[in-house]
Amino acid sequence: MALKTETMVLNMGPQHPSTHGVLRLELEIEGELIVNVKPHLGYLHRCFEKHAEAMQYNQVIPYTDRMDYLASMGNNFGYVLAVEKLLGIQVPERVEYIRVIMAELQRIASHCVALGTNGADIGALTPFLYLFRDREYILSIIEETCGARMLYNYMWVGGLSHDIHPNFVRRTKEFTSYFKNTIVELDNLLTYNKIFIERTANIGVLPAETAINYGATGPMLRGSGIKFDLRKDDTYSIYNRFDFDIPVGQGLQGTVGDSWDRYYVRVREMEQSLRIIEQAIDQIPEGDVHSAIPKRIKPPKGTVYSRVENPRGELGYFIISDGNTNPFRVKVRAPSFVNLEILGELCKGHLIADVIAILGSIDIVLGEVDR
Amino acid sequence: MGLLDKEFSDGNIVVANVEDLLNWARLSSVWQLGFGLACCAIEMMATSASHYDFDRFGLIPRNTPRQADAIIISGTVTLKMAIRIKRLYEQIPDPKYIISMGSCANSGGPYWEHGYHVLKGVDRIIPVDVYVPGCPPRPEALLEGLLKLQEKIRNESLRKKL
Amino acid sequence: MKTAEEIFEILKNELGEIILSIDKDTPTEPIISVEPLKIHIVSKFLRDNSELQFDSLMCLSGVDDANGKKVKDNEGYDVIEGGTLSVYYHLYSTVLKHKITLKVSAPREDAKVESVENVWKCADWHEREAYDMIGIKFLNHPDLRRILMPYDWEENSHPLRKDFKVPEFYQGMKIPY
Repeated sequence: MALKTETMVLNMGPQHPSTHGVLRLELEIEGELIVNVKPHLGYLHRCFEKHAEAMQYNQVIPYTDRMDYLASMGNNFGYVLAVEKLLGIQVPERVEYIRVIMAELQRIASHCVALGTNGADIGALTPFLYLFRDREYILSIIEETCGARMLYNYMWVGGLSHDIHPNFVRRTKEFTSYFKNTIVELDNLLTYNKIFIERTANIGVLPAETAINYGATGPMLRGSGIKFDLRKDDTYSIYNRFDFDIPVGQGLQGTVGDSWDRYYVRVREMEQSLRIIEQAIDQIPEGDVHSAIPKRIKPPKGTVYSRVENPRGELGYFIISDGNTNPFRVKVRAPSFVNLEILGELCKGHLIADVIAILGSIDIVLGEVDR
Repeated sequence: MGLLDKEFSDGNIVVANVEDLLNWARLSSVWQLGFGLACCAIEMMATSASHYDFDRFGLIPRNTPRQADAIIISGTVTLKMAIRIKRLYEQIPDPKYIISMGSCANSGGPYWEHGYHVLKGVDRIIPVDVYVPGCPPRPEALLEGLLKLQEKIRNESLRKKL
Repeated sequence: MKTAEEIFEILKNELGEIILSIDKDTPTEPIISVEPLKIHIVSKFLRDNSELQFDSLMCLSGVDDANGKKVKDNEGYDVIEGGTLSVYYHLYSTVLKHKITLKVSAPREDAKVESVENVWKCADWHEREAYDMIGIKFLNHPDLRRILMPYDWEENSHPLRKDFKVPEFYQGMKIPY
């Protein structure tokens, strides 16, 4: 006689230590196995797009900081590039170099949190402390220049808010040589840790085709073995001047596109960011970072869609201008928002404990998911 | 503060005021609900991590409200979340303390004007003990807020609480 | 790699009247206008045609065009009557590396657009967001609910419409400052 079974619904979040913020998941489970996952968003919906419509173009920048608060520089970067494209401004070389260095430093800091919390979620608390130590290093370098630890409002349309601090170049060089050892340390601590591999390899496998159809970008997509990075494939700013590789998931510990691959791609990406910083830091030309800042930002009528490679993937800004000093509409294509959509697909058939490992490997920031 | 000023000769027995003793015990082990909301949560994480380390003040994150003494409201409280925060607050056993961290939790912060989905200050739904200003507050500021909370607990009277 | 004009020509030849026009006056990228109830046919064609291969939807944005006339309602608030709501689709081909922008417009009072969820999966949440924020109804969408605002938010109140009025209270909590 066959046993009659029923599925059970388990609620996870919005207050949960491992949902990386205020995400709520409705898990439909059969025993310990996931049948279906329904994410509920909006617990951090802070009305960014409404604010953007009510503010002038340069006043929007602080709000972009607060979307993906782990990678504020990237958000600033994307927004100012979009507005500059609309205005047709060419920024000075010095600004370009500083922007790239800042964005890459921020990428490393962001990945530090992503990897640290990914480990901490599934029980490895020590790497979290190590990575936060190094993140503090980066934050103190950036703080010296722009005066804030997390939300910088540093990149302005046409320029930067401040020139770099006299110590910046020296300290950044110190950091790059220091951080190379840290990556080795991280590899020993976590990347090739037997328990960590057991928890993440072959878990949440994302095939390449599904990833593209779901619009996944960033380490999510690269983890599935697709060499796609906007810095190379749809290059912006001055990224085409630097020599760097795009790490992709190879299935070293299991299947291509599993949680471990996504983790691994992030670790290797930090190395590439260091390479970019090392090349750029020696080439910063002299110049005035304020020279191209327009007195009044009033773009012509029209639309622009501009995208940058943020630590979490493709960050796109769609701006409609009606010829006024305020944007008519700003829509943000947030990478976490799109990447999170795959969660249901990835979790099917796994255990409840694996949901945490998968969610950690997607690396969401709720401020960006809900905006 | 006079907690240990009366002591018998062999040092094994300490005479203290029950009020002081209870307050001292409470303030040295404020267990907080491990609960992050927005940007400030990252600063809270940074405060709990290697550089600032708030464990040394007895602040240990607990994941369930039933074991917690305090919540740090670390970030923007939206309308959808406000209902949940209220419920979390109600689940914490007495005595309970709230630290409102950052401008958003204090007053709506940068979202005060156009934020149609933002609660303009968490004190509209739950009582707040300490407000920490900043957007986001530096870890040092959060530690200062914590010390202020400890000061507040130290001066509490048993009778008033009952 | 193809330019927007070439793609427009291909679409016009293959699909005929569904494709309305191309707007080349924009400072950055040209926009192709499409019939709102036929967008799924166009999308499928764009994805499956071997010359085009638009396999990725970068962004889907709902927009309140606010091109109707402004009138006062009985309480003295400005509301917009008539005009259109639009949806912009930004497509990209990861194989051929070309981009295109599509646009559909539907009347404000009864905005209905065909869903493209079964062409690109990532349209699912984008469309829910456009429904939540602007109030565009996507036909044949599997699960068209609010996504960011609470489920019990006032019906027909869509925050990103230009004439949105912030309610005084939500569940007993005062909203304005």
